[in-house]
Amino acid sequence: MKEDDLQFARLLVLVNAAVPATLLGWDAWHHNLGANPVNFAILTTGMLTLIFLLLTLAVTPLRKITGLNWIIFSRRTLGLYAFFYASLHFLIFFSLDRSFSVPGTLSEMIKRKYLLVGITGLLVMVPLAVTSTNAMIKRLGGKRWRALHRLAYVAAIAGVIHFYMQVKADERRPLAFAVVLAILLGYRLVDYWRRNSSVPAAAPAVKPSQE
Amino acid sequence: MPRRSHDEFVSFADIAFPIRIFVPRSLVIVPHGCCQAAVRGTLLVFPEIRLPSIAVRASVDPMRPPHKISRDEITDPAVYFNRRKFIQTGILALSTVATGMVYRHFNRPAAGAIKTATIEGLTAAMASDANGFRAADQETSLEDITHYNNFYEFSTDKEGVAPAAANFETKGWRVSVEGLVKKPRVFDIDDLLKISPPEERIYRMRCVEAWSMVIPWAGFSLSKLLNVVEPASDANFVAFETLLDPKRMPGQQSDVLNWPYVEGLRLDEAMHPLTLLASGIYGRTLPPQDGAPIRLVVPWKYGFKGIKSIVKIKLLATQPPTTWNLAAPDEYGFYASVNPHVDHPRWSQATEQRIGESGRRPTLMFNGYAEQVAHLYAGMDLRANF
Repeated sequence: MKEDDLQFARLLVLVNAAVPATLLGWDAWHHNLGANPVNFAILTTGMLTLIFLLLTLAVTPLRKITGLNWIIFSRRTLGLYAFFYASLHFLIFFSLDRSFSVPGTLSEMIKRKYLLVGITGLLVMVPLAVTSTNAMIKRLGGKRWRALHRLAYVAAIAGVIHFYMQVKADERRPLAFAVVLAILLGYRLVDYWRRNSSVPAAAPAVKPSQE
Repeated sequence: MPRRSHDEFVSFADIAFPIRIFVPRSLVIVPHGCCQAAVRGTLLVFPEIRLPSIAVRASVDPMRPPHKISRDEITDPAVYFNRRKFIQTGILALSTVATGMVYRHFNRPAAGAIKTATIEGLTAAMASDANGFRAADQETSLEDITHYNNFYEFSTDKEGVAPAAANFETKGWRVSVEGLVKKPRVFDIDDLLKISPPEERIYRMRCVEAWSMVIPWAGFSLSKLLNVVEPASDANFVAFETLLDPKRMPGQQSDVLNWPYVEGLRLDEAMHPLTLLASGIYGRTLPPQDGAPIRLVVPWKYGFKGIKSIVKIKLLATQPPTTWNLAAPDEYGFYASVNPHVDHPRWSQATEQRIGESGRRPTLMFNGYAEQVAHLYAGMDLRANF
């Protein structure tokens, strides 16, 4: 992978991940978010958060399965976008739904369990965003940094539960997210178990390109 | 003049013909999105991508043999070596458009004109402060009323109901009125609608999901129909049923709810003058997404009590089952009267988002119809009978 290509791939992720936010803003500006724009924006940013969380979590399994080590470059950008969409999701709720009322927001959160679960997911992402820089990786050391960043799974689990808890009857969408998340987490667990099993010469992940 | 071989330089004239470009493997992986996956798939299947023909110079004569290139037509080597940037820009632009298209596919704001027939002989309901027939609130736009619907028989997506219901055919519709009545009868819809001249009633509509609208309905009080069939003395409840036809109502092919949708009222609720059998909105017959050809409207109750596309009305001695109550008994009661003091287990009912307004407004007891209907529930524990 040439540095130039890598830089281009980075740009590709950076620009494409901003497209949904841009279109959402464009539609909002043109009063084109349907009958209930606030609800629409909250739902859309929530879904985008889950999509970007799952994309972030898919990078490592994909890298191990395909052997394309260079795709790791996209993980930080995707993760930061997940945090960006989650923050936007919360800010729209806080400003347009709760009218910037801190007591109004807090009392709702205490009463509604799904809001508690959701804010947990967002708060868990804060230290991950803060420690996403190269300097922080160095300061924490790779091992501790990796341990901390497993919290991304906690954020994703919280996000999916948060979504599941508030649907009225049609649970297909949250369940679809749950299935993908379970596959990704399951892969990591199996991988972890294989690497730590008593067999000393555990086979490395098979690269399809070698066959 | 030294003759340059065709291979040394690519002239713009060449671009007028399709050229083959070997896309580097590194560019083949486009990081995310379904559409990018499709693009990636295409690139993997066809590693030689053909750029579309671009006619750069109008003066280029396509009939002239390609090896005869005049000097000023030869591409500047700097431009040639910039081809990489050119391809990258193209990929960036294409992938951005693709991502945008995927977003649009899943997020198409609903819109469309309503072309149903105008209702003849519609009169404004006799308005007085006491009867609640004409709310003074600003009416919600026809666009919003017809493109933000909870009608799971078509789609669980409120914005998706209108397109899914667009071709719903109601010709030959019949409504059976049966059970504990002296004169049971199956009505053709046209005969049913002739029972009483249509009136326009402007009602607030409060959804259990904490949003609300103000809708100018056309219809007549349900009591007028019930008086025609004459309820028997042992009738205490009225049960309603929506059409069951998974072919015409594709949402019924999934089991998100028990089909057909059923609802019910106590007989005194059903006989209340506010309880409306509606066949139109904004002076037009109901579009399918709003419950064509005939639906129930009970303005002091949450919207899900307003059963749509009714085919059966049955009078009973005992309380009938109701769909949402069966689906989640602790969340949706039989009575389902609008009550800001009794929250839904998962969200507050104290405020509502009025469609078309910014900010939330407080929800009113019985949706603002307490004066007209509170006496029906005198002595009842509304927390237990939510």
